[in-house]
Amino acid sequence: MAGPSLVILAVFLILPFFLAFGLSFTNQRLISPNPTEYVGLRNFESLLGVGTLTLEPLRGENGDLILGDDGAPTYPRLRGYTRNNPDYPHLNGMREWISWSWGENRIYLLASDVVFMRALVNTFLFVLIVAPLQGALALGLALLVNQKLKGINAFRAIFFMPVVVSMVVVALLWRFIYDGQNGLLNTLLAFLTFGGFKPVDWLGNTSTAFGAMIAMSIWQAVGFHMVIWLSGLQTIPEHLYEAARIEGASRLQTFVHVTWPGLRNTAVLVLIVITMQAFALFTQVDVMTNGGPIDSTQSLVYQAVQRGYGQQDIAGGSAISVLLFLIVLSISLIQRYLTRERT
Amino acid sequence: MGRFAKLTGVLALTTALAGPALAATELSMWYHGAGGDSAERDTFARIIKEFNESQSNWEVKLQAFPQIAYNDAITAAAVAGKLPDIIDVDGPIMPNWAWSKYMQPLPIPEEKFAKFLPGTLGHWDGKLYSVGLWDAAVAMYARKSVLEENGIRIPTLDKPWTLEEFDAALVKLKDSGKFDYPLDLAMNDKGEWYPYAFSPFLQSFGGDIVDRSTYKTAEGALNGEAAVKFGNWWQSLFERKLAPGTSQDTGDHDTGFLEGKYALQWNGNWAALKPLDKFGDDMLFLPAPDFGHGPKIGAASWQLGISAASKHADGAAKFIEFATQDKYLAAFSNAIGLIPATAEAAQMTENYKDGGKLAVFYDLSAKQALVRPVTPGYVFAAKEFRKALSDIADGADVQDTLDAAADAITADIEKNSGYGH
Repeated sequence: MAGPSLVILAVFLILPFFLAFGLSFTNQRLISPNPTEYVGLRNFESLLGVGTLTLEPLRGENGDLILGDDGAPTYPRLRGYTRNNPDYPHLNGMREWISWSWGENRIYLLASDVVFMRALVNTFLFVLIVAPLQGALALGLALLVNQKLKGINAFRAIFFMPVVVSMVVVALLWRFIYDGQNGLLNTLLAFLTFGGFKPVDWLGNTSTAFGAMIAMSIWQAVGFHMVIWLSGLQTIPEHLYEAARIEGASRLQTFVHVTWPGLRNTAVLVLIVITMQAFALFTQVDVMTNGGPIDSTQSLVYQAVQRGYGQQDIAGGSAISVLLFLIVLSISLIQRYLTRERT
Repeated sequence: MGRFAKLTGVLALTTALAGPALAATELSMWYHGAGGDSAERDTFARIIKEFNESQSNWEVKLQAFPQIAYNDAITAAAVAGKLPDIIDVDGPIMPNWAWSKYMQPLPIPEEKFAKFLPGTLGHWDGKLYSVGLWDAAVAMYARKSVLEENGIRIPTLDKPWTLEEFDAALVKLKDSGKFDYPLDLAMNDKGEWYPYAFSPFLQSFGGDIVDRSTYKTAEGALNGEAAVKFGNWWQSLFERKLAPGTSQDTGDHDTGFLEGKYALQWNGNWAALKPLDKFGDDMLFLPAPDFGHGPKIGAASWQLGISAASKHADGAAKFIEFATQDKYLAAFSNAIGLIPATAEAAQMTENYKDGGKLAVFYDLSAKQALVRPVTPGYVFAAKEFRKALSDIADGADVQDTLDAAADAITADIEKNSGYGH
C-alpha cells in the first residue's frame, strides 16, 4: 500500500537530497560543455571562510590621528589588505562582514562570502523572531475565536483568509502597502498623525526592509497556526474548566493550570511547523525585494536558488542546501530532545 | 439526402480539410512575450499563420512565456532535454546558450542577411546563431518646452550633453520644483534592463563589465578608476534625489513621464509611441550624454534561433527565412515601434521612413550603439553588475561593491575555464 508514496518520496525527496549532497563536492554547472570535476570541500570553504583583521587608525607625520569629516578616526582602506597583498594571503578576496571599534583600533570580521553570511544571519533572525511571535499571536487569536459567540465563524474565516491566498499574491499586495510614496501604510500613518508622519520607503531602506518582511510573514501564516491551536483548545475536556470554576480559579490561573498543560502537544507541533516554514523563507524575498537593499533581506533558500539557477552554479546552490539541511536537522533534534516526554 | 449521406459528407469534408495539417511536421516555437505587448504577439501569430498556409511541410506552433520567466524556462527545458525547435533569445544571452549547446548555428547562408543592421545578427565562435527582426535603441525622453523653460541646451548627436552639462540640467530641473524627480531611470525594472540601459553609462565613463580585450577578467574594467568615478556619480543621483531609487513603483515608471512627474526619462524606442501621441512636436528623443569616452547606448534585442535539440533544423530555418522578409520586419516596427532590421523595411514603415517620427532612433543606433560583452559569461556578469548598481544606488560603498562584483565575475570566468575564449 505504501508503494506509490515511497516511490514519490524517493524521487522527489531522497534522490534530490543525495544528488545535492554529491554535487556540493563538485564544480557542477547547470549546463556546461566543461566536464564536472571533484573539488573536495572548496564550495564549503568559499561559503564559510572567515577571518579577522585589526587596523590601527591613520596618523599624520607628527603622530596625531587623522580625523574624518565626522570627527572619528580614519582607517586605511580594507582593500589594501584583502586584494593581492602578499603579507595577508589568508585574507585574499575577503570582504568586510561586520566591524567595530576597540579602543582606537578597529576590528574587522571578514568573510569570503558576505552575501551568504548575511543570508545565514537573516534566516536565523527570521526564525528567532517569527517562531515565538507568530506562535503567541496565533494562540491569542485562537483563544479569542474559541468563545461561543454569535458569528464567531466569520471571525475565524477572516483570520484564516490570508493563509488561503497564495504567498506570491500576498507579497505583491504588501509591496503596494509598503510603497514609499503613496502606499497604504504611509497614507494610514499620515492620516492617524494628522500629516505629521513622514513617509518611509519601507522596502527601500536597509533598516526597515527586513522588519517589514517579518511583519508581513507573521500576518500571512498566523491564521494557519490559529486553527491548529483552536483544534488543540477544543480537545481540552469541558469538565476541567468546570472544576476550575468551582475551585474559584481566576482566568489567568485557568489558563496556566488547565489550558496550557492541555495544549502541550499542540505547542510542540506549532513550534516545529513554524520553525520549518521560517527556515524555508523564499517567496517574500523573491517577490518583494530580491534580497535588497544591500543584502538586508537575503535568505538561505533565496541564495540557493539564485546561485543554482540564476548564476547556473548548481554546485554552489547544492552546498547551501546541504548546509541548510544540516542546520534544520540539528535544530529539529534539539527541539525533539527539549520537548521529549519526561517519565 | 439521408442522414447517413450527410454524415459521410461532413466526415469527408473534415478529413479533406485536416489532410494537409496531418501531413505537416510540427515545429514548436517558444517566445518571451506572454502577458506583454499584445501587438507583438499578434504580429508573431500572423507570421506563423501565413507561414503555415504558405506551404504544407511544416506547421509552427507558438507557445508564449512571461518575459521574466522565459530564460529560466529555456534553461530548465535544456536540462530536461525538452527544448522546442525554434526559440527567441535576447542578443547578449545568445553566446551563453550557444556555448552551452542549447542552440545550433543557423543553417542559412549569411549572405541572406547582408543588409541587416549589425546589432540584429548574433555571432558566437565565428558562426551565425541568431537573427533579429528588429533592433532597439535607448534615448533620453524629454520635452522641448520643459528644457526651454529651464534654459537647458537641447543636445544633438554631434554635440551631446557632457557629464557636467547633464548633471547641471538635472539639478536645475530639480530646483524648478515642478517634478517629483528630474530623471526616471526605470530602477523598478530589475532584469536585463540594468546592464542594457546602464552599462553604456559605465562604458562612456571608460569602464566596462569585463575586460573585452581578453574576456578573462573584470579586474580593472569594473573596479578601476573610471568605474569608481561612474559609481560615485551614480550613487549621487540617488543621494541627491535626482532619480527614484530601487524601490520605485512600476506604475510610477509607466505613467510618470506622461503625467509630468518626471522631467526626463531614460527609455527604449519600444515605448516611444505613447509619449509621441501625447506630446506631439514637443516630444524629444535625445542622444545619450557623453561621459568622457563618447556617448554609448546598448545594441541587440530579441532574436530568433534554432535549438540544438531540434530534429527539424531545415524546417526551422525555412520559418526564420520566411519571418525575416522585409514586410514582416516592417509589420513589427509598425506594431510596436521597434527599429526594423533593414533599410528597405524601414522605408516601408510609418515611423522610420525618411522624415518619420522615430527615424532619430536609427541615427542613435548607428552612432552610439555598442553591443554588450559577447561572452557566455555575460549571463553571470550581468547579474553581478545589476546587484552592484542596485547596492550602490542603495548607498553601499562604491569601491568595495565594485571590487566584490569584479572578483565574483573573474572567479566565475575561472570556474568555467575561460568560457571557451
